[in-house]
Amino acid sequence: MCLAIPARIEELTTPGNAIVNLGGVRKEISLALVDDAAIGEYVIVHVGYALQKLDQEEAERTLQLFAEMGQLDELREEMGGNRP
Amino acid sequence: MKYVDEFRDGVLAKNIAANIASEAHAGRSYRLMEFCGGHTHAISRYGIADLLPANVRMIHGPGCPVCVLPIGRIDQAIRLAREQGVILCTYADTMRVPASANLSLMRAKAQGADVRMIYSTQDALQVARDNPQREVVFLAIGFETTTPPTAVAVRQAAAEGLQNFSILCDHVLTPAAMHAILAGGVEIDGFVGPAHVSTVIGSKPYEPFADDYGKPVVIAGFEPLDVMQAILMLVRQVNDGRAEVENEFTRAVTREGNLKAQQLVAEVFELRDRFEWRGLGSVPHSALKLRPQFAAFDAEQKFMVEYVAVPDNKACECAAILRGQKRPQECKIFGTVCTPDNPVGSCMVSSEGACAAHYSYGRFRESA
Ligand code: SF4
Repeated sequence: MCLAIPARIEELTTPGNAIVNLGGVRKEISLALVDDAAIGEYVIVHVGYALQKLDQEEAERTLQLFAEMGQLDELREEMGGNRP
Repeated sequence: MKYVDEFRDGVLAKNIAANIASEAHAGRSYRLMEFCGGHTHAISRYGIADLLPANVRMIHGPGCPVCVLPIGRIDQAIRLAREQGVILCTYADTMRVPASANLSLMRAKAQGADVRMIYSTQDALQVARDNPQREVVFLAIGFETTTPPTAVAVRQAAAEGLQNFSILCDHVLTPAAMHAILAGGVEIDGFVGPAHVSTVIGSKPYEPFADDYGKPVVIAGFEPLDVMQAILMLVRQVNDGRAEVENEFTRAVTREGNLKAQQLVAEVFELRDRFEWRGLGSVPHSALKLRPQFAAFDAEQKFMVEYVAVPDNKACECAAILRGQKRPQECKIFGTVCTPDNPVGSCMVSSEGACAAHYSYGRFRESA
């Protein structure tokens, strides 16, 4: 039930609602819990509401964390090069 | 899907696993509790336990909203639907939770009660608007993620003068449950902090666990790489003898959280003196009720349905599992009498429940 997913705002509808794209499925959600969400932004969607906006720069930073140190190059080679 | 797939990359998972394996000290054990059912699900589904060294052990916490509801709370909803003839609206997960007299909301519905599954509180309001001659009750359950949507609906109902709408309020609080877990004496070296609960409440409410209890907390997103990175961050804190609140889920969680949502919740709800949880017992200040000015929307008062405590099924170990003291496979009827198709306890119902997660993804590995 706590499943919540990041989705892109595609269209603002009235009043205070938006259409988001959830992996190809368009769905109307409420923006009552977030301030000034704009088209193109990503929000975390839960039980039909945007709970919070997603910070795209922070997302990139976190992805870089995952790649720190370790044997990443060796692992990539071992698993056949590119990302799955 | 953007912001989902990149956080599931198998090569990066191995990289983080390699870092965990090289940094975890062989001479000690790391007992880490993932509070949230969403994390329990991710850990089972992606086989994260298999990627960890044997001395890094994940303990499931009580953060699955349907799991922690005691039988008596479901009974209340069933009584409302059967005896008072209301339209009972509920999130899907609650439908199959076993209640008294071999009933569940689903069985009550099969026997004629008007129980309707909804996706959003907006749907419940719509049912009320469409049925002005009927009473409509929304079974409002969940942690801090589902509470703001309930607050929005109650405010809207008040503004619209929707007199046939009310809620059965079973909203519960994460930090109070974490206090109860620590008071219960489970040995834990650190917490993987909730993802979406924290988008709402922020990272600040976890600071007492670091400062007062000396337990590290790392807030993590729901994707497998998020959980693994958080585990690595916890291992590092334990190694350094640090106890801090760290945030792996910075893309959606700030220290202050979602102030707008918090304000709405504070306007509509206040603390209950106590609330009974499955497993944790009666916990002070651990749940919410409507403020007096919204009393007209409180189904408990409107229909005078009191909560009556009911003991769990004798064989069911959900209570100990929710306290972090037992694992699903230690229940004698796990996977035999109790299965997701025929759940005996609440932990076998939702995909976030520890028993359901183990049954679906982990039972063969763990039973070996
Ligand atoms: S397997 Fe079923 S009966 Fe046993 S603890 Fe889990 S939910 Fe309860």
